[in-house]
Amino acid sequence: MNSPDVVPRALIAAHGDLAAGLASAVDRITGRGSVLLTLTNAGLGADEMEATVRELIEHDGIRAIFTDLPSGSWTMAARRAMRGNDEVVLVTGVNLAALLEFVMRDDLDPAAGARACVDRARAAIAAVGGGPRAA
Amino acid sequence: MPLELCRIDDRLIHGQVVLGWGQQMQLGFIVLVDDEVAESEWERELYRMGVPPEVDVVFETVKGAATRLAEFQNDPRPGILLTGDVESMVRLVGMCSALRSVNIGGIHHKNGRVQRLRYVFLSPEEESALRALESQGVAVSARDVPGARAIPLSDVLSGKGE
Repeated sequence: MNSPDVVPRALIAAHGDLAAGLASAVDRITGRGSVLLTLTNAGLGADEMEATVRELIEHDGIRAIFTDLPSGSWTMAARRAMRGNDEVVLVTGVNLAALLEFVMRDDLDPAAGARACVDRARAAIAAVGGGPRAA
Repeated sequence: MPLELCRIDDRLIHGQVVLGWGQQMQLGFIVLVDDEVAESEWERELYRMGVPPEVDVVFETVKGAATRLAEFQNDPRPGILLTGDVESMVRLVGMCSALRSVNIGGIHHKNGRVQRLRYVFLSPEEESALRALESQGVAVSARDVPGARAIPLSDVLSGKGE
C-alpha cells in the first residue's frame, strides 16, 4: 500500500490479510491508504514480530500502531517493542472507522491522531434488526 | 483430564489460544510455563492483559509446574498448559510422567530451523527431542486450531503433513 514518496504515519499489524484489506479499504475511500504500513503475522515467531515492530519504531519513525486483537500476538509484540517509549501509541481492536478517522486527521501528529480515533471506532459498531431483544 | 491441552507455542498466549481453543473448551485456566516470564512482573502482566477475566492464568517455571502438575490435573475446569519452546516441554515431561500427549501449536521461523508445516519450523535438535519424547510413549502431534486435523509427528517430519 506504500508508495516511495509517502512517509508512513502508522502501522497496521493484524492476523491473516486483515491489515492489507483495511489499508486497501482506506485507500478506496480516501485515497490515503499509502500512509499505512501493513503487516501479517503469518509464519512469524514472537521474536521476529517484536524485532519488526522495533525496527519500524526506531528506524522508520512509526509512532502509531494499530492491532486487531487485545490478546493477539501483534499486540504482545508491539507492547514489548514500545516499552519505555512514551512517544508511541498502540490502538488495539482496530476497525475501518478508526483508520478513516486517523488518515483524515493529518492536522494531528500520528500518536495524537491514534488516540483521537478510538471514540470513532467504538461508535462505529452497532447491531441493527434481529427482532425484539431477549430479556 | 481437566488439563486438556499441553501445547508448545512460541507466541504463548495469543488469539489462537484464547479464542480458538479457549472458547471451544470453555477454558477455565492457563498454565504458562516459562522460566523467564515467571520471573518478570512486566511480562506476567502483559500476558494477563490478553486473557478474559473469567480465565485464570498461572505463571510457573518448568520446575514449579512439575511440582504443581497434579494440582492442575485435578482442577475441574478445562485448562491449557503452554510452553514457548520444545526444550521447556521436554524438561517438563521429563519431570512429569503423567503428561502423555503434546500438541505442537506454533514454532515459527528462526535461523537453523527447517519448515515442516505452515506453522511449524524445527531445528535438527528440536526434531530429535520430539522424536525422543515419542519414544518415551508421549503422543506428539501438530494442530494449530481445534478445527484442524491433528498431524502426527511422523507425518510432520516426513513432509506428509500438508
